[in-house]
Amino acid sequence: MDIIIEFFPLLLKGAWLTVQLTVTSAVIALVISFVVGLARLSRHWWVRALATVYLEFFRGTSALVQMFFMFYVLPLLGLTLSPFLAGVIACGFNLGSYGSEVVRGAIQSVGKGQREAAHSLNYTTYQRYRYVLIPQAVPMMIPPFGNLLIELMKLTAVTSLITLSDLTFVAQIIRGQTAMTLEPFLIILVMYFAIASVLVGFTDWVASSIAKRRGLTSVKVN
Amino acid sequence: MHWDWAVAADVLPRLLAGLVVTVQATFVGAILAYALGLGLAVLKMSHSRLVSFTFYWLSEFIRRTPLLVQLYFLFYVLPDLGIFLSPFVAGVIGLGLHFATYTSEVFRAGIENVPKGQWEAARSLNYTTAQTWTRVILPQAIPPMIPPLANYLITMFKETPLLAAITVVELFNAANIYSNSFYKYLEPMTLVGALFLLVSIPSAYAAIWLERKYARQN
Repeated sequence: MDIIIEFFPLLLKGAWLTVQLTVTSAVIALVISFVVGLARLSRHWWVRALATVYLEFFRGTSALVQMFFMFYVLPLLGLTLSPFLAGVIACGFNLGSYGSEVVRGAIQSVGKGQREAAHSLNYTTYQRYRYVLIPQAVPMMIPPFGNLLIELMKLTAVTSLITLSDLTFVAQIIRGQTAMTLEPFLIILVMYFAIASVLVGFTDWVASSIAKRRGLTSVKVN
Repeated sequence: MHWDWAVAADVLPRLLAGLVVTVQATFVGAILAYALGLGLAVLKMSHSRLVSFTFYWLSEFIRRTPLLVQLYFLFYVLPDLGIFLSPFVAGVIGLGLHFATYTSEVFRAGIENVPKGQWEAARSLNYTTAQTWTRVILPQAIPPMIPPLANYLITMFKETPLLAAITVVELFNAANIYSNSFYKYLEPMTLVGALFLLVSIPSAYAAIWLERKYARQN
């Protein structure tokens, strides 16, 4: 017990790094989701083709392989990334590919009448997406994005293999220094569970606040 | 730094040997994930509040924590408790257990989506419980489950490199060992990526085909 208290500051530091990794790569993944997801709906075939290549590449290979490639192979090609940068880029790019399918699917599932209405109002493509399609698609994206956020958080554990001292790395340090196994791993499992549960709560809060706002506007309109 | 075909030719046989281990781990892990997932689904749907509550949260705990940490747990903690597993067995159990929490949702949804009238019809025809399940419920519940279960098989395939962290010499680890002994990183890692694509892209299209096939039937 004393040993755990002694290592507690280190565990908190690891948890903080895990949170930083999760938030930073979530922002990257969100941007990529929209860029690639919308590119898949482009009317230019080469834009669609590029987006599909991106999607198949990052969804088709393992995240760990991508991370090792960025950390060990890119420096040989003249591009050196810090471990943090390699970690968030790998996590963000990987989950961004899954997220782009969520964006594409949600936009495609907006009713046909909405598209026709936008056309009949003579909206430009930008206006059609900005004012008609995306606002209606976003609420549908929230639950799958929430699941992907959990996947992303779990993926950050892999960054411990490219020398980042996140929670998993800290547990390995404690195991190495004290020869304890059950305590460090059990503690970090509980900490990961706590972080994930906060993220689940956050997703639910976003979903319900969107629903609430929608509820209010529809009352006003009627 | 440029591509060296001699290195590629040298490392390829080792990678293919690793790919065999990867495929074995994927399939054994998947069989475990399907079996445990079905059990978990039944327990989560239990009429006993205590049982369904316990297994719901157990499943959420496994689902919300990283597979890598679970693998370390199996690999480092169990021997201290007197249970000795080979790295491969520990890895496959970890994969199976982790993905059982995902497949259990597929099984639960599949069974719950069979309309209530089907249960009532089976009862009114005086079917036994076994007959109800094998003749009425499962034949309708299983086909829609097949595409998502196939997708999880592909996901598990892509997660197997994590087994390298507990010393299993699968595809990724085979490349890593080679890289570390010969200081060649470009060719092995690139080939690993290529081999992954070679397996996962056709599998993904096969899964889409399965989805279309079973969507048509319904």
